[in-house]
Amino acid sequence: MKTNDVILQTTTKLVFFIIILFSIHIFFAGHYAPGGGFVGGLLTASGIVLLLLAYDIKTVTTALPINYTVMTAIGLLISLGTAAGSIIFDVPFFTHAFDYFDLPLLGKQSLHTAMLFDTGVYLVVVGVTMTIIQSIGADD
Amino acid sequence: MSFVYFIFIPMLAALVIPFLFKKVCGIHTGWFVLAVPVVLFGLYTTLLPMVQRGESRSSSFDWIPSLDISFISYIDGLSLLFSLLITGIGSLVVLYSIFYLDKTREQLHNFYVYLLLFMTAMLGVVQSDHLISLYFFWELTSISSFLLIGYWYKRDRSRFGALKSMMITVFGGLMMLGGFVLLSIMGDTYSIRELIGQAPELANHKWFVWSLVLVLLGAFTKSAQFPFYIWLPDAMEAPTPVSAYLHSATMVKAGLYIVARFTPLYASSEYWIWLVTGIGLLTLFWGSFFALKQTDLKGILAFSTVSQLGLIMSLLGAGAISFHTGVEDDSIFKYAAFAAIFHLVNHATFKGSLFMIAGIIDHETGTRDIRKLGGLMSLMPITFTIALIGSFSMAGLPPFNGFLSKEMFLTGMLSIPEFNLFAFDTWGILFPIIAWIASVFTFVYSFYFVFRTFTGKHKPDLLPKQAHEAPIGMLISPAILGSLVVAIFFIPNVIGDALVKPAVMAIQPFLYTSPNDIDIHISAWHGFKIELWMTIGIVLIGYLLYRTLSKWQPLYSKFPEGFSLNRLYDTMMYLSEVGTNRLSRMYMTGYMRSYLVYMFTGIILLSISTVLIKDAFEVSFATLAPIRFFELIIALVLVAGTVTILLAKSRLTSIIALGAVGYTVALFFVIFNAPDLALTQLVIETISVALFLLAFYHLPKLNRHENRMKFRLGNALVALGVGITITIIALSAHSQKLVPSISSYYEKTVYTEAGGGNIVNVILVDYRGFDTLFEIAVLAIASLGIIAMIKLRLTKKKEVNRLEDK
Repeated sequence: MKTNDVILQTTTKLVFFIIILFSIHIFFAGHYAPGGGFVGGLLTASGIVLLLLAYDIKTVTTALPINYTVMTAIGLLISLGTAAGSIIFDVPFFTHAFDYFDLPLLGKQSLHTAMLFDTGVYLVVVGVTMTIIQSIGADD
Repeated sequence: MSFVYFIFIPMLAALVIPFLFKKVCGIHTGWFVLAVPVVLFGLYTTLLPMVQRGESRSSSFDWIPSLDISFISYIDGLSLLFSLLITGIGSLVVLYSIFYLDKTREQLHNFYVYLLLFMTAMLGVVQSDHLISLYFFWELTSISSFLLIGYWYKRDRSRFGALKSMMITVFGGLMMLGGFVLLSIMGDTYSIRELIGQAPELANHKWFVWSLVLVLLGAFTKSAQFPFYIWLPDAMEAPTPVSAYLHSATMVKAGLYIVARFTPLYASSEYWIWLVTGIGLLTLFWGSFFALKQTDLKGILAFSTVSQLGLIMSLLGAGAISFHTGVEDDSIFKYAAFAAIFHLVNHATFKGSLFMIAGIIDHETGTRDIRKLGGLMSLMPITFTIALIGSFSMAGLPPFNGFLSKEMFLTGMLSIPEFNLFAFDTWGILFPIIAWIASVFTFVYSFYFVFRTFTGKHKPDLLPKQAHEAPIGMLISPAILGSLVVAIFFIPNVIGDALVKPAVMAIQPFLYTSPNDIDIHISAWHGFKIELWMTIGIVLIGYLLYRTLSKWQPLYSKFPEGFSLNRLYDTMMYLSEVGTNRLSRMYMTGYMRSYLVYMFTGIILLSISTVLIKDAFEVSFATLAPIRFFELIIALVLVAGTVTILLAKSRLTSIIALGAVGYTVALFFVIFNAPDLALTQLVIETISVALFLLAFYHLPKLNRHENRMKFRLGNALVALGVGITITIIALSAHSQKLVPSISSYYEKTVYTEAGGGNIVNVILVDYRGFDTLFEIAVLAIASLGIIAMIKLRLTKKKEVNRLEDK
């Protein structure tokens, strides 16, 4: 059955980027305001799901040629690496560190190892969600 | 020098072995490996003068300080003797293996890695003063032994033997761990030396006998004592260097080491003396008797090893008697421990050489079946000479070292009836009789081994290969051991002073203060005492039995096979496999709904019983805020949505209703000031609806009009139960606060300690980072599971059938 979803497709082209931007914002804001890696990852995934709904799985894989299993693995590695990295500095496993820096354009900001950990969470969440949806969706 | 690090040298060397094997193909990997035991042997010999003065050396490093676990190397006479055996015999075995294992055909890197792993494990066992690290090394010996027995893993018998040895020794190891834990609770320390120091107080503890039995189970399984010996004959599937090393000279003696090491602690108990001496003698007799049934050369040697281990075990048991008789009493029990250690050294020399001989015969003729062999004397003269030396020593004939220790053994056993504590004066008379009978059989199988192989008629047509003398490199190791056998007979007291006495010190510290106090002198000639007559009797009767062997050997086949210990083991393994299979099939139905029922029932039972036992049910509305109108409406929508899911006639409606329920919950989060939760809930709900729609496509078409689900009372009860449970817990949890809430701590520290502002997120990434780490790991595993389920599933019916047939 061929349906005409021009409206959905056109809207998606626009909305997708808004969702992704918002998810990135939420991801970075997480430490001080509502948000974080988990929600950010889910939002990103939902953006991609929207793409999948509007187009089909083939188009999306061509546009975003990402191997989500590898993405999951990388995310896990980053998280575990952040947690384990503290051992090198002779502090207990999972000790986080943070400090304040003056960055160009952004001004005074805190940089936090928890952010690295959160990046891992973000990648894992996107990777896992998309792996599940792709495997189930692609199976016909 | 910190000797504790030397334990790990072989293990570190093992790291480079695979590279050497792959890159340096021209040279046999064994030559590199050889350096390890040789260097260690040299290092350990420098400690000899120290232990002769009765001193010891201790060094340690922390492993898990928070659990008080560390590696402690404590080297006294006993540890050093074993360390020298491990590295000394190890060197000879590696040298031998260079010629035994072909460098082009064999997986040498596997072999040597396992062997070096074993070396570390064994050194660790004999040097550890810490119970837990001792156990760690103990299991490591079982594992490396498993790997080595299964080295030729394509053979069924190898895998079977490997598994059998693993099952039995690891069972014993776990029992021993239990004993160790009891000991450490009783004495409040993990150190063996400190425990020995507390021996008098521990002896009255109610767990004392329990720990004794458990530790002995470990020792008996490892040292192949009756009835656990059955793994050792099957372990002979290992390459012969391994049999010579692990299964005769070192690993099987770990049990003896444990018994010797714990003698000062347990000697006061009559259970110890009865068990160790009794089981030892029984094993001695059993092993020597059944050795004659064997037709495989290594099988004979395996049973002979079992029997000799029993001999040493019984001597150690008799040695413990001296705890009760004391040093003034000039009875013979003082000598028993000495004899045990002395025989342990002798056994390592002659049995090691005999195993290597068996390997040579296997290598050069292609068979180990004694029925096919014969008349090899003229073809393999050097091999024959060494075999003769080893066998005569094993039979207890002069002028070989076995004669000396056998005399001492007989002396020890003869004196047991004189001991009048624990009813030994009534039953003890059995001990010398069993010992004598076992010695006769030992004599017979020694002759059986050497003369059936080397004399008689040569049968070249039965042999797979043309028999010829072994290459010189293969003969070096057994020749060295063989010459030691002779040398020790002539200079026994050198060995006695250098090795045996310091070791005896460790076993009987309650008798002596320094090795020089031990006034034992080994001599071959005692005069015409009863021991000598016993030996003469052994030789006469043994020779007679050997000559008539062919007449009575068939009697062995009359023993009922169905009741053998091996059959028992097989049956147990079979039943455990079938049993566990049945058990899991009983509840693993393959239906999601069954599993959900199990889980929910579990939740109900656990939660409700906890609430009842702790009397935790309490409802108080004091702290509740008033219910506002719109909250009521949302709640009603929630209920309506839930009811719709259940009553909807199509799946699509159900899924959409489910989404509605989710969004309503998100609304609740918004009302109650939880933006993080609301956000997450909204996104998750969106994605899961999309997921459901995807999965929906795969569900079987099922029209609810036609197939209305039947009402099931069980399911209804479970559903009702879960609802009630959760309600009760939610109400009770809200109505009482046992501990102050942690949120104030979060509030205080979130900015100062964690450098963040959003508590929820800081909890996720910092406070409870571990949870998140494991959660994302679980997520990743789940996604892999889904890939496996969906992408790798078997589509064709045929393929499934094929798999099930296997």
